[in-house]
Amino acid sequence: MSQLMSGAKILLECLSREGVEVIFGYPGGVTLPFYDALYDHPIRHVLVRHEQNAAFAAQGYSRSTGRVGVCCATSGPGATNLVTGLVDAMMDSIPIVALTGQVSTKLIGTDAFQEADTFGITRSATKHNYLVKNIKDLPSVIHEAFYIAASGRPGPVLIDVTKDVFMGNAHYEPVNSIHLPGYKVYTEGHTGQIRRAAQMILEAERPMIYAGGGIVLGNAHDELRELVEAIDAPAVCTLMGLGGLPSEHPNFISMPGMHGSYAANMAMSGADLLIALGVRFDDRVTGRLAAFAPHAKIIHVDIDPAEISKIRNADLPIVGDLKRILPKLTANIREIQSESGSPDRPGLKAWWKQVRAWKEENPLVPVYSTSEIKPQHLMAEIDRISGGKAIVTSDVGQHQMWAAQLIRYNAPRLWINSGGLGSMGFGLPSAIGAQFANPDQLVFSIVGDGGFQMSLPELATLMNYGLPVKIIVMNNGYLGMVRQWQELFYNNRLSSVTLDSFPDPSLLAGAYGFKGRTIEHPSELIGALREAIEYNGPYLLNVKVTPTENVYPMVPSGGAINEMVLGPVQPSPVV
Amino acid sequence: MLQIISLLMENKAGALMRVTGLLTARGYNIESLTVARTLDSGLSRMTIAVDIEPHGRRQLIKQMNKLINVLQATDLTEGPAVIREMVLMRVRAPQESRTSILKESEIFGARVVDSTVEGFALEATGDTEKLDEFINIMQSYGEIEVSRSGAVAVSLESKKLRLSPPIPRGEAVLVEEKNGVA
Repeated sequence: MSQLMSGAKILLECLSREGVEVIFGYPGGVTLPFYDALYDHPIRHVLVRHEQNAAFAAQGYSRSTGRVGVCCATSGPGATNLVTGLVDAMMDSIPIVALTGQVSTKLIGTDAFQEADTFGITRSATKHNYLVKNIKDLPSVIHEAFYIAASGRPGPVLIDVTKDVFMGNAHYEPVNSIHLPGYKVYTEGHTGQIRRAAQMILEAERPMIYAGGGIVLGNAHDELRELVEAIDAPAVCTLMGLGGLPSEHPNFISMPGMHGSYAANMAMSGADLLIALGVRFDDRVTGRLAAFAPHAKIIHVDIDPAEISKIRNADLPIVGDLKRILPKLTANIREIQSESGSPDRPGLKAWWKQVRAWKEENPLVPVYSTSEIKPQHLMAEIDRISGGKAIVTSDVGQHQMWAAQLIRYNAPRLWINSGGLGSMGFGLPSAIGAQFANPDQLVFSIVGDGGFQMSLPELATLMNYGLPVKIIVMNNGYLGMVRQWQELFYNNRLSSVTLDSFPDPSLLAGAYGFKGRTIEHPSELIGALREAIEYNGPYLLNVKVTPTENVYPMVPSGGAINEMVLGPVQPSPVV
Repeated sequence: MLQIISLLMENKAGALMRVTGLLTARGYNIESLTVARTLDSGLSRMTIAVDIEPHGRRQLIKQMNKLINVLQATDLTEGPAVIREMVLMRVRAPQESRTSILKESEIFGARVVDSTVEGFALEATGDTEKLDEFINIMQSYGEIEVSRSGAVAVSLESKKLRLSPPIPRGEAVLVEEKNGVA
């Protein structure tokens, strides 16, 4: 029994069937019929103040829950404003579905009001995209979009719907099956390869686990922990993988790469086997590729076959879902061990001794001062409050690196940041999505004074929906990371990086109806953070920190990752 | 050396753009591209000739295979394959050269598809080098106008086509289970 329904209603019905509970969006001319249908529909709509932030909020929702986030924008400028958020989701493999309105089919190509070639513009910004010109295609397109977004290597999918499709009527039949003959999703992994990987791991003297965003996306954190414990190797999580292994796990030696820990980078460089899990050998991790993990063989497990040997040749590739593969790998390791009577691994003992020595030599510890708030001190206090449990969304820059280095994440989906694209302005809107999805959880949005000002309009959204996000502005008066590079590599010629005229936070937050405050002395820090957390509602805490503090360790661009600059005084490379 | 890529893809709006977009995003210039539907009218076969440095080739084929609309992308550059091209040509042929033009055409297996007092329209197929030669010779007779199809290719070994089966969909539960949401 089919029912005559409008396209807008069919769309909402299909979204409901996909389990959608909230849409982050901004209405406009051609989406009027959709918003009319939404008026008395149980799906909630969160009105952001700029479409880019709708995409970021949908990401925050998705990154914090694992579910598909949904955002919506009108045609033309609405759709083009989404693009940064889509590319960002593409780079970090975040499953979101973007709905955009398009001018009526008969107007397409006529330079109609608010017309843009959304389908063409977003082709390379999405995993897949659709232009729906026929209402009959609508149900299967919606279900395909959600399946494509969430399955395999996840990513953003955009559906551009013409106004006549929204307004038209059709007999709606629920679609219970979709067919994408060319879309291949790899899951199980090759049994023989998994066995060989287990052998390689047990033969290695200096094995090392290099875990990435794939662990988080694939919900393979428990499976990772079991593997780490079976191998008993040191493990790093990349910027995207933080929380994939609890920060407090004894085998965890922090993040590798440009601002990674000394121990992580030294261990990557010294390992004879890298077990790369859901990673893509990003340039911010590898540094100079020719010098990256020069003694290591590579086992690379990834769900995306195109990642295998893209950057670094894999000696043993396994394509599939980490959640399925890791338990098999662990089982194989245990099996081989019990067959051979669990022989001692003397190499491994020596390796751990070395890794521990590196850890002690240059640990990642905060810097303190009695006269000014060091950014690292700020992160250490947030860490103390969080105890590895709070959600932390971050913007892009120095504060992002310190928050990654110094705050513990004892579970996946707590650390939310724009890793691949590095989109400034991400921190606040992603916190909106994360807080909406996790109303009872403490959500910090740690932002710089630069990125924060890119998303200022969303302060209204916070207030509007009563989202008690604690915004912590790490305010150094500069675009800090760019300033750091200008200082170190451009003779300190500070070109357009000074951020004067930062608004008074108490007036700014007050204008929206919540509380804000500035602090600049270390003695105020604990009290101010406590006040922010205890405050019933959003809170804007502006923390003036040492303006010219730099992020260390640092691997200069083009350097090998074991050639770190460890601090401000001595720029001599560590060998 | 040009790389010859053969793609079997869904005959859908935008599918071509997705394939060429992978090439243009990497700054590769397409030398030739042909596309037409297959026996199954829902599918198209595309042949692309493109110059890619060796280390980029495998990655590109993998990226093409990732496209939702692409059923199979194959590199035919080194594999056993037949690669042919077609050329249509208008040659000015005054009375005194008509016989020799026809003789040359015969040598190259070209056919006359139109003949007027001014000249001929010729049709030839062959591999690229042979057609280059044919065009060279015809140029010696004077002004010509040429339209080439670009390479079309067929693999000589059958490669198993693995297609994904239909997927049950629609129940919200399915999504949640998949994502492992508690």
